[in-house]
Amino acid sequence: MTAVRRFFGPLSPAGLWLGGAFLLLLLLLPWWGGSYIMTVATTVFYLALVGQSWNLMLGFAGLLSIGHALFVGIGAYTAAYLFAAVGLPPAVGVLPAIGLAVLMGLLIGYLGFRFAIGGVYFALLTIAFAEFVRVVIDHVSWLGATEGFFLKVSEADRHGIDLANLRGAPEMYYYLIMALALGALVLCRYLLRSRLGYYWQAIRDDAGAAEALGVNVLRYKMYAVAISSGMAGVAGVFYAFYQNSLFPEIVFNIERSIEATLGSIVGGVGTLFGPIFGTFILTPLGEIVTEAIDLLKHWHVIDPETKLDGLKLLIWGFIVVLIVLFKPKGLWPWVCVRLRLTRPEAEG
Amino acid sequence: MDFWTLANAVASGLLIGLVYGLSALGLSVIFGVIRIVNFAHGEIMVMGMFFALLMFRWLGLDPLLSVPLAAALMFGFGYVLQLAVVSRVSHLPEHMQFLLLAAIAIMIVSALLLVFGPDAQGVEVDYAWDSFAVGELIIDYPKMFAAIGAIVVASLLLAFFKYTTTGKAIRACADNRMGAQVVGLNVSRLYALTFGIGAACLGAAGAIILLLFEAHPYLAPGYTLLAFVIVIIGGLGSLFGALVGGILIGVSEALAAVLFQPSMKTAFSFALLILVLLLRPQGLLGKAVR
Amino acid sequence: MSAVAPLLRVEGVSKSFRGLLALNDVSFDVVERGIAALIGPNGAGKTTLFNVIAGVFPPDSGHVRLGEADITGERPDRICHAGIGRTFQIVKPFAQMTVLENVTVAALHGAGTVAEATQSARGFLEMLELDTRAAQHAANLTLPDRKRLEVARALATGPRLLLLDEVMAGLRPSETDRMVATLRRLRDDTGLTILLIEHVMRAVMALSEHITVLHHGEKISEGTPETIVRDPAVLECYLGDQDL
Repeated sequence: MTAVRRFFGPLSPAGLWLGGAFLLLLLLLPWWGGSYIMTVATTVFYLALVGQSWNLMLGFAGLLSIGHALFVGIGAYTAAYLFAAVGLPPAVGVLPAIGLAVLMGLLIGYLGFRFAIGGVYFALLTIAFAEFVRVVIDHVSWLGATEGFFLKVSEADRHGIDLANLRGAPEMYYYLIMALALGALVLCRYLLRSRLGYYWQAIRDDAGAAEALGVNVLRYKMYAVAISSGMAGVAGVFYAFYQNSLFPEIVFNIERSIEATLGSIVGGVGTLFGPIFGTFILTPLGEIVTEAIDLLKHWHVIDPETKLDGLKLLIWGFIVVLIVLFKPKGLWPWVCVRLRLTRPEAEG
Repeated sequence: MDFWTLANAVASGLLIGLVYGLSALGLSVIFGVIRIVNFAHGEIMVMGMFFALLMFRWLGLDPLLSVPLAAALMFGFGYVLQLAVVSRVSHLPEHMQFLLLAAIAIMIVSALLLVFGPDAQGVEVDYAWDSFAVGELIIDYPKMFAAIGAIVVASLLLAFFKYTTTGKAIRACADNRMGAQVVGLNVSRLYALTFGIGAACLGAAGAIILLLFEAHPYLAPGYTLLAFVIVIIGGLGSLFGALVGGILIGVSEALAAVLFQPSMKTAFSFALLILVLLLRPQGLLGKAVR
Repeated sequence: MSAVAPLLRVEGVSKSFRGLLALNDVSFDVVERGIAALIGPNGAGKTTLFNVIAGVFPPDSGHVRLGEADITGERPDRICHAGIGRTFQIVKPFAQMTVLENVTVAALHGAGTVAEATQSARGFLEMLELDTRAAQHAANLTLPDRKRLEVARALATGPRLLLLDEVMAGLRPSETDRMVATLRRLRDDTGLTILLIEHVMRAVMALSEHITVLHHGEKISEGTPETIVRDPAVLECYLGDQDL
């Protein structure tokens, strides 16, 4: 118990009990939640994984990616294609998926960091490459082009557990993504305490000073990009086999990249639990807004014919503006202090 | 593929490129002075488009005549945005400012979506299908007028920076913020002015481009990206570079469309971007850092 | 003293920015285990020279040697590994990390594990009287403490040569004396060589065995503190300056 408390942070006893209870609730979710709640919870963990990956780049190493959908998408398409074309099970296909995502990350990193012109370039390149790859896949017929790439699912696939081929009941996907998200959390905690983590934070806070203290800034930035894009690639493999359909228009959409950032921003950039905490607030909130609108339409408070496509994003955007203006360190450090989840000065 | 097909593509790309250049100018002005990458770039431009659309529908105003109005409106928007919101985060790290503007961008797109819906809407002016020929070179009137409009606005802007006191003060601010403060310039007002001027460029560019393309909310991220590509190619912070980069992208897109497929044109721009970053990372007309 | 080999050799270094000559053919040596100072009025090019030595930018011409090795134009991290630790005049703490973590980053290069580095970092914090601040975020330190943190970090990289850029500025006289004592003890105990830029003449005179004077990017004088204070050229460039 104390080992767990120390590992995460140092968690206070209250934090440990609260966290443990929450975890138990989530582990038992298939028994108390319906299929709708399961779907939402799966999305939450999926976004937490992508967010954790994004936060590793920005929060730990100070590198802003605004095209994170790129790495997710590359992982998704790679594993899906290998499965459909040569029958490679995703449990193996995840390796080339990670490989390609990492290669893409390194290429962008190399172009962006080489001349130390400033963070803006890297950010712009991530989004530019995301668009570029989208346009390319739009024209690659063996990846389905704009018509989309589909994975076959039979009715029998929807029952049982086949982890190697990522085929099974919704519960399997739920537990898998939960394990991946928590695994990412543990990995990040481990990295943060390692040499890498120290060097990343130093580079984030002052690259010039880090360099003067013997840190090879370019190399450690590249490590951050590689690990982060690899994590995003794993998330992509899950996405592909959970959705079973990939459209460049959707997978590489800038909205996906923005989604990846939102949880961390709300939760707290650079904190360990920020990304997961943020998605646990945002995703259900988005669902509630959608439900509320449907209800209002149902009761004819709003004309049912009204199109409110943009409303959810409008609210999300507004939340981010508020957070950046008034709680730029995110909600997690604040919650930690309020609920005494961690010892002082441990997070934030 | 004969000579005249290519020549026509180049000519049309050149004309559109000038409008792109004007839009990129708006990004470059803001970055050059305030050192902020305006992520809401395309969104402000599309606001200009929709404004011109409304003017056309309500008053029958030609989009070109809406240019000054769109510019004035967006100037106000930019001025207030900088003064009331962006300036409050100047102490935060670069990425937070970036995220703030990204969030504002999302809000603008969503709001446009709520108001105007997701369908493309355009204007039809009397001269929409008119053109004239020089040899076998065929020039469309809308494209030519759009290019002329862009040149006029860009020239006004460059003249403003070169000859007016306020323009010079803004340039001084860009070179040395502390120095500008020391000599008594009101930096926060100049920053607001700068953001306003950048946004005015976008309003003008938006109104102009409505002559050529139909407006819809989802155009915005694409325009933002296009402007990013242009200023990186031209050199971040270089005003003239933005125009040159715009023309280059316009021509390369037009060539890609005739040589390959129209839908491949963005891929072409990115290839150009990567090439520039490999060979001349500070951009064609940018000053080398260090 | 002439029998001792120089650890640092600066040979004919010139550097200009946008046509402005910041350093003009500057040469001097720092002997092994010596404490040398670089002085001169503001804008004399002292910090520029530090940046050239530490690899922030390469000189336009000239060479920098550390022992036998030519380190001219090397990257800063390589120069750090070669054995030069430096502080920044405008302090650059890792603001969101704790004081202990700041120093641990520097100690990691010579350490096998993070735990080892943390251990050695604690030693340096104690040496610089920062041990009570270990758990604080560096952003919350006062300026004198930040200066101390700069020194602790530079020391933690395990340098042979320490470049100190105005680390006494803002310290109270008693604190200055303690810093002087610490630096001298370090030299005596570990054989460290120190080159410092300093405006606090009390510290310069107390510490340095050799002084190089820069003015408008040129070396106008060098020698022992006693000869420097009597050099008319030095007196002229400092005329009216409160520091001397």
